[in-house]
Amino acid sequence: MLKYLNFIGATALILAAPSAYAGGKHGLGRSALPEEIAAWDGDVSPNGKGLPAGSGDALVGEEIFADKCASCHGDFAEGIDNWPKLAGGIDTLDHDDPLKTVGSYWPYLSTTFDYVKRSMPFGNAGTLTDDETYALVAYILYSNDMIEDDFVLSKETFSDVAMRNADGFIIDDRAETEYAKWTGEPCMQNCKDDVKVTMRAMVLDVTPSETGIDTPAAAEETSQEEAPAAVEVLDAELVEKGKKIFKKCKSCHQIGAKAKNKTGPILTGIIGSPAGVVDGFKYSKSMKAAAEGGLVWTEEQIAAFLAKPKAYLKGTKMSFAGLKKEQDQLAIIEYLKSVE
Amino acid sequence: MSDIDKDRSPSRRAFLQGAAAAGAGAFAAGNAQAATPDPLITEVQPWAQELGDGVDATPYGLPTAHEGDVIRRNVEWLTADTISSINFTPIHALDGTITPQGCAFERHHSGAIDLKKEDYRLMINGLVDTPLVFSYSDLERFPRENHVYFCECAANTGMEWAGAQLNGAQFTHGMIHNMEYTGVPLRTLLEEAGYQTAGKWVFVEGADASSNGRSIPMEKALDDVLIAFKANGEALRKEHGYPVRLVVPGWEGNMWVKWIRRIEVIENAVESREETSKYTDTLADGTSRKWTWAMDAKSVVTSPSPQAPITHGKGPMVISGLAWSGNGAITRVDVSKDGGKNWETARLAKPGENKALTRFYLDTSWDGEEMILQSRAMDETGYVQPTKTQLREVRGLNSVYHNNCIQTWLVRSNGQAENVEVS
Repeated sequence: MLKYLNFIGATALILAAPSAYAGGKHGLGRSALPEEIAAWDGDVSPNGKGLPAGSGDALVGEEIFADKCASCHGDFAEGIDNWPKLAGGIDTLDHDDPLKTVGSYWPYLSTTFDYVKRSMPFGNAGTLTDDETYALVAYILYSNDMIEDDFVLSKETFSDVAMRNADGFIIDDRAETEYAKWTGEPCMQNCKDDVKVTMRAMVLDVTPSETGIDTPAAAEETSQEEAPAAVEVLDAELVEKGKKIFKKCKSCHQIGAKAKNKTGPILTGIIGSPAGVVDGFKYSKSMKAAAEGGLVWTEEQIAAFLAKPKAYLKGTKMSFAGLKKEQDQLAIIEYLKSVE
Repeated sequence: MSDIDKDRSPSRRAFLQGAAAAGAGAFAAGNAQAATPDPLITEVQPWAQELGDGVDATPYGLPTAHEGDVIRRNVEWLTADTISSINFTPIHALDGTITPQGCAFERHHSGAIDLKKEDYRLMINGLVDTPLVFSYSDLERFPRENHVYFCECAANTGMEWAGAQLNGAQFTHGMIHNMEYTGVPLRTLLEEAGYQTAGKWVFVEGADASSNGRSIPMEKALDDVLIAFKANGEALRKEHGYPVRLVVPGWEGNMWVKWIRRIEVIENAVESREETSKYTDTLADGTSRKWTWAMDAKSVVTSPSPQAPITHGKGPMVISGLAWSGNGAITRVDVSKDGGKNWETARLAKPGENKALTRFYLDTSWDGEEMILQSRAMDETGYVQPTKTQLREVRGLNSVYHNNCIQTWLVRSNGQAENVEVS
């Protein structure tokens, strides 16, 4: 009834209600209706408070993800360009530039559901059904190797999922670890023996130009390093396509003269190379076994591995769901061949 | 490409422009002498002869075109898209303490939305006796207060953890603004709804698509949090949450929920994305601090700085900057010209105010030699702003947020300044 009245009318009505003006109250506003609270009160807490009915699994989630999320987050939740990576980064939190994802960093599963349901997809928030949300959360978990593809996520199974970084947080301890140290009369004279400039911002040259003219010097350098070598005649268009698809691999693999092992081994010269031979990379047991069995990364073998990594080599560390399209596999291979 | 374009130092460009305007600028002990009469004085200028604009030329005024470069700026490589991004207040070009709304930094998670007062609703639900809905006009009928507070993004100076990176106070320290807010204490609204003692937290969320949700301890909610609808005397700007935003004095900007639509009294923190996966501080050993809400005491020299080089010669000059603390009022700011070896206490333009920006000045004389400028703030708790080295010793290099280190500008003998780190 109240919703048919204008607010001035509604306020007048509330003024007459028993609680109005009691105990220093002003009698302003009106009672929220249950339907209104239900419409807005959607937050979900670590103890499961707020979780709706419904369920979903990673297989269903994968399709929804490809449709609604992959344009920013990538097919495998690996993140495109500067958009958030949702998968990977396991065991990187004590490294330089840790990769913080649902798998590596988020302490509560409820946060993922809460955020996806209320705030995603970007530009179309609040449109996912509860089942879709469960399925998407399941797919993100699957992408992080946290559940199997037949695990059905629901209110009932929510607490069965273990978050890797659940114990990784401490409550603000600055009062003990910092404030106690950095209090008191500071030094005013001869506080140091020597002052040397140890780093200059100009060296990095990442400050936006105020005139709007911006020469991406660093980017030019990189592209020179990655310039295709003319060893054999390569399909330039396919190389270019492969380079784009390689973005999916970049969070784990480097390639080129200055490449280093990251979560995955260096891929420079991988085509035609025996498996498991990159110096300093810790391969999975199954990859070592395959290498001992004489596996060579021919184009055919790479294509088969890329198509379905976990099916091709059970126990591989590569947490990549796979490149389904043959054209994409060929493009990646062409790109891998192009980099010396 | 000209030489000036090639040298992308903002201070070089500004310096050259400034030097041309200032002429020789030689300093002698006593006032300078002019060789020839100044035509700006001896000749009648058009503005002294003809008429200016009428009173209605600009019904709502903008800054003069001569100040056209005093604008918010974005660092494009920081984020994927401007819709979910941040830009920076031109603090190098401002003075005093109040930030004009038009150039106060913006941070959106799903873009700045257009929400009319008529369409605005604020709900209080959860552990309350009576869940309530307020309209905008309801809010204006509660007793209201005025307070000046700074709002600093937790990521301000975040790009500087690993090293000197961005060349300008706007970019290193510009995720901050300071406004006089008019609003209703959150306490008043919580009392109106009858909050229950089981409620230890409030969860606040915005009306935009990101619905940015944060948990705030009840103690803070009842202390000084405001439901604000005016800033610097006028309505909030769209980009700052028009028509109503939350003001959480001294605490990280992300909690200052814009377009606030709902306040839920709850027993435990929601642990939303913005309070777990973001705005938490990862230490060197991989553990992370959470609930690091208060912004510790911090200061920066705004002039001279890379975007505001010295454009005059030797002699009298003002070194100026800003200081603030989320734990109370600034009590003192020291300035060093030699990279932290020796310090002088600066003059505060007025006594420091609780959780608001404080302007400091060091009225000094420049000998034309290189300076390594630093400022160091102290607040009423006795806290002294730490060096970058001190912060790194505790937190490592990957902390991202809450970097309140002492900033260093290398000012060269030609007046140009650069963001550097020193031993």
